[in-house]
Amino acid sequence: MKFQNRDIISIKDFTKDEILHVLKTAKKLESKPEHSLMRGRVMASLFFEPSTRTRLSFESAMTRLGGEVIGFSEPGNTSLKKGETLWDTIKMAEKYADVIVMRHPVEGAARLASEASDVPIINGGDGANQHPTQTLLDLYTIQKTKGKIDGLNIGFLGDLKYGRTVHSLATALAHFNVTLYFISSEALKMPDSYLEELQRKKIKYHEEADLMKVIGKLDVLYATRIQKERFPDPLEYKKYAGVYKLDKSIIPHIKPSLKIMHPLPRVDEIHPELDDTPHALYFEQAGNGIPVRQALLALVTGRIK
Amino acid sequence: MTGRTLKISAIKEGTVIDHISTVNTFKVAEILNLRGSGNVVTVGMNFESKRLGRKGVIKIGDRFLTKQEVDKIALVAPEANINIIKNFDVTKKFSVEIPEVISGIIKCANPNCITNIERSKTKFNVLSKSPLKIKCHYCERVVGKENVELI
Repeated sequence: MKFQNRDIISIKDFTKDEILHVLKTAKKLESKPEHSLMRGRVMASLFFEPSTRTRLSFESAMTRLGGEVIGFSEPGNTSLKKGETLWDTIKMAEKYADVIVMRHPVEGAARLASEASDVPIINGGDGANQHPTQTLLDLYTIQKTKGKIDGLNIGFLGDLKYGRTVHSLATALAHFNVTLYFISSEALKMPDSYLEELQRKKIKYHEEADLMKVIGKLDVLYATRIQKERFPDPLEYKKYAGVYKLDKSIIPHIKPSLKIMHPLPRVDEIHPELDDTPHALYFEQAGNGIPVRQALLALVTGRIK
Repeated sequence: MTGRTLKISAIKEGTVIDHISTVNTFKVAEILNLRGSGNVVTVGMNFESKRLGRKGVIKIGDRFLTKQEVDKIALVAPEANINIIKNFDVTKKFSVEIPEVISGIIKCANPNCITNIERSKTKFNVLSKSPLKIKCHYCERVVGKENVELI
């Protein structure tokens, strides 16, 4: 397995062994932090679109490994405004950095960047397409809290139609022996292309509109935000946004060990009253971005094999 | 063979695209941009065919197709055959075939794909040839034949 100089563009590029290797490396770095592993190395953080968690956790991950960070957090004050192409921006950045982390509003931007660059590109999100580091940290979170991934019943709730994190995580989970529950209203169902993929890989899954019918079976519930920007009509948005809300009323119906995840930001899908229950895993999940992104930075730069 | 040459005059050098289903004949002529070419071109359709019932044939004098042109034909007329003619003889005959990877000839159907926003060659991986299902190498969008737009 060779990670040095590899681009991290899409979760679909990963084999199961490669996923497990990233998770193992993240675990090592979390249990025994390395403060000078990336000393003398530079990470370019190119955010052509604003992001809070992804950018901050990548920058923190690099800094805590002893590396340096350069870059921009929005394209507003860069030469992009003057019409510079992505290709040219990357050609420039690869001269200044040992690894490039980028987020871009256009699908396929990271793949194109990887063709322009000789240094590894890590995709921090390309439009509605891929966000592989989120998926890896989601898997890491499941494995860390449950001690395993195989054998779990994992539910997805909310916007399964447009939710990029849901699509990627379901794709990655297809490497494991899991049962998936897709809980959504009719209009926001999991797209057929992903369900067909699960069928091909013989993954058991169920589609359900009524959360309470299946919530008692779940080991993990992955909730998502209904994205307002997906609905041209605010009334339509309101109709769907209000359907699933998790609060303390679910507690008598769930397994005591149920963990609730969410890629954040949340709006009102999860009531804050759940935050201090043992079921809330979403803030820890966001924190797991650090060891997972540290693992990726160290692996692609060859600092860890 | 004799019957066919009586209906369409033979060419000395060039390419004969045969067994095009009749409805696709003009599409093939279109993608090869025959209208603007100075070559001797014969386009025929509704010839009898054992395999297709009716078929179209296109003969182009003094022109040999590039791989990209053959790939384009495979996308609009997957049933077609290509004959390379040298000195009135068929020197090579092959069926068009949709390649595993389609480069530079299809526009991505996703308007928010980087290939539609910035200069870059398109590339698609073929997931299934029949029915046609292709996946953009860049934005990973999967589309069927109805969304294939040739460049």
